[in-house]
Amino acid sequence: MDISVYRAPPSDGLLIAPLDEFTAVYHRASGITHLLTDPAPQILVAVQDGARSLDALLVHLGRDYDLTDGTREALAARLEELVEAGLVERA
Amino acid sequence: MRHAFSVRIGPVGFRIGSDWRAPIAHLETLYRDYPKPLDGVPDFTVRLFARRPWRRFLRPSVEIGGDYMLPEAAPLPLRQGLLAAEMAMNLQMALGARRYLLLHASAVERDGRALLMTGVSGAGKSTLATLLAAKGWRFMGDEFVLLDPATGLVHAFPRLISLKNEGIAAAQAAWPDTRMGPLLRATPKGDIRHMVPDARAIAAMDVPARPALLVFPRYGFDPETRSVQPGEAFVRMTQASTNYVALGEAGFRGLTGLIADVPAIAVDYPDGPRAIEQVEALWADL
Repeated sequence: MDISVYRAPPSDGLLIAPLDEFTAVYHRASGITHLLTDPAPQILVAVQDGARSLDALLVHLGRDYDLTDGTREALAARLEELVEAGLVERA
Repeated sequence: MRHAFSVRIGPVGFRIGSDWRAPIAHLETLYRDYPKPLDGVPDFTVRLFARRPWRRFLRPSVEIGGDYMLPEAAPLPLRQGLLAAEMAMNLQMALGARRYLLLHASAVERDGRALLMTGVSGAGKSTLATLLAAKGWRFMGDEFVLLDPATGLVHAFPRLISLKNEGIAAAQAAWPDTRMGPLLRATPKGDIRHMVPDARAIAAMDVPARPALLVFPRYGFDPETRSVQPGEAFVRMTQASTNYVALGEAGFRGLTGLIADVPAIAVDYPDGPRAIEQVEALWADL
């Protein structure tokens, strides 16, 4: 079972600019601009308020954003991509 | 170097040195109404040189260099020396500019508001800017638009207008009295002729403008306009910027600000007059 807890990078690590279905995110540490689509921008917002577990994120995204079509595995995969890119950290 | 010339184009000062007199003579003539670099200090230095001493005379070919170089840049024959000078100046801007986000675009201004046009080579950036200027718009530049990330304003860079192929005749028809450089046949981009921007463009080159419309023109198609979504416009503009990555956070803020504030429209057009109509209609609807 995945007991990881996810959190945002250190404060002000990201600049986030919603465009349309895409959100542009500037990662200060690497200088790389990422273009994200659902549910990645919502995940970034969700972990800004504090560290959350995978299950807590699943509940939160389903409740606040109606992102209920994703499975637990799909969300875990998205989180892994964000961790890989440095946009989310494992606490 | 043996021959040298200094000029200021918009906020950017250049010093061009050359092993040959001819390219400098062209620059002196065509840029004669432009100011010199502020305080006499150029931002960029450009060199036109012969790789081997005898190459000054024997099949002379012009290598370009300066503060920033592209090692694979091919030399040009001396008769295309003016093109070499302009390419070298562009190269210094593209690789070296840090104060502004450089957008590979043309721009014209009316009532303090700027229309930006960007696209691949041959899309009609230069020709459309020239035709619009003949209709009363102020010409700001045909190659680079300088976006100040701190203010969101665009600054003019009205260098010589680089007309290509059919664009040469179209611009000459619109500006019959303008001064032109030599016709450079069979360059890597086809026939090229440099045109001096009109006096108003030079006189007002220090006056920035607020971007109001971003157009992606495409020449040779039935007339059509369509809205470009912000995500697509953002991606296309990161590709159209030569220093987006180098500017880091300032580039991100500048570009996302531009995309948020300014509508982006793709304009397909069959000929210059029709394009002018399409652009004027879009402008009227803002």
